[in-house]
Amino acid sequence: MAGAAAAPLLLGSAMAAAAPADVADAAGVEAEGGLPQLNTETYASQVFWLLIAFLILYLLMSRIFLPRIGGVIEERRQRIADDFDKASEFKRQAEDAEATYRQALADAKARAASIAQDTRDQIDEEIKSMQADTDAKLEAEIAAAEARIEETSAKAQMAVREAARETTRAVVMTLIDEQPSDDAIDAALNAAAGSRV
Amino acid sequence: MSLGLNLNPLMDRFIEPLAAGPMEQFEIVPIFGLDFAEAIDLSFTNASLWMLITVGTALLFFTFATRQSKLIPGSVQSMGEVTYEFVANMVRDTMGEEGRGFFPFVFTLFIFVFLCNFLGLLPSIPGSPTSVHTFTPTSHIIVTFTLAILSVGLVVVYGVFKHGFGFLKLFAPSGVPLWLLPLITPIEIVSFLSRPVSLAVRLFANMLAGHVVLKVFAGFVGTLLTAGGVLSILSVIPLLGIIGVFLLEFLVAFLQAFVFAILTCIYLQDALHPSH
Repeated sequence: MAGAAAAPLLLGSAMAAAAPADVADAAGVEAEGGLPQLNTETYASQVFWLLIAFLILYLLMSRIFLPRIGGVIEERRQRIADDFDKASEFKRQAEDAEATYRQALADAKARAASIAQDTRDQIDEEIKSMQADTDAKLEAEIAAAEARIEETSAKAQMAVREAARETTRAVVMTLIDEQPSDDAIDAALNAAAGSRV
Repeated sequence: MSLGLNLNPLMDRFIEPLAAGPMEQFEIVPIFGLDFAEAIDLSFTNASLWMLITVGTALLFFTFATRQSKLIPGSVQSMGEVTYEFVANMVRDTMGEEGRGFFPFVFTLFIFVFLCNFLGLLPSIPGSPTSVHTFTPTSHIIVTFTLAILSVGLVVVYGVFKHGFGFLKLFAPSGVPLWLLPLITPIEIVSFLSRPVSLAVRLFANMLAGHVVLKVFAGFVGTLLTAGGVLSILSVIPLLGIIGVFLLEFLVAFLQAFVFAILTCIYLQDALHPSH
């Protein structure tokens, strides 16, 4: 209020100077039955200075101060709206990320399940093939064993037959002192075996 | 008596000015003459000075309020923004978005009237040569009337400019039966013409009355003090009265500025939409 501080000094001295002289004046105005407000002589000056003051204030406000304040308020509103936008954008992103995560989780689960299934199938396959192999091997071994048994049994029969032949020959020699032919022995043995069967 | 004697040196400085007539505070005193012609006296007076002080105060306040505008405002910036939003809401509520163009005018009107009222309430400091005599420009009917004419003049000029003859629909409200129009139209015209008068008189009378009451109470204090004895002590009562009225006047200073601005808004709404 630098202007205001200096101005009243001016006004004060004006009032002081005017006060004694104005007593008559003021009395005159009051004698006319008027308030100072009804003294039309002051009207021109009042209207003139009022319009000047009002115009200055209007120009100051409309050109400088209102745009400034309005700008700041608008900027703040914009900023808040932006922040809200950003917040909702972040929220959307977070939701997207969650959806992606869920999707990935579901995919992973599905893949895990399919891998497990595949593995299980593969293992089953292997087991089956191994079993088949083993079965085949076992069968072969069994067949070999059977063949061996047969051979052994054939050999044993041959041995028994040889023994029987020798025995027969020996018995015949002893009994009738005659060398029987092999064919006769075989026929006799066959007949004996045939009759026994 | 001893009280009275003690007060004598004080009286010269304080009591005597207080005892001056209640109307003296409205006296207009030329500071320097400005006679362009013999007929028109445009002297720079104490009234002119206080109008310029009002402008200066507004300039100072809004300079501080917008000096370093921040997103998170300081206290002065907040006050500036609250004032801005207050008037902006007033304009928006009465006229809607169409009224944006009138906002600077209404804002200027509000600030000017409020600061004139408000600064006039600063106490005068009597005694020459360092005296400060406050003056309230809005306590003069010619000032308030000029402001009212500015408002209503803007309504008429804008209304005619925008609607042409359509602006006359203002005097024939829609929905009124034809046979009622001869009755309604004169009433509307009278009510329209009385707007500037009521605007001007309301503000002027409020300011005048407030200052007169303060001055009269102050006169009581002076009279009772100089009467001496018990009466001197009783001077506390009008002093308390002054305090009460003074606080009330702050409210009135704001309220009258608000009323002036919002009535201007309502009248401007007519200029936007004459057919109610």
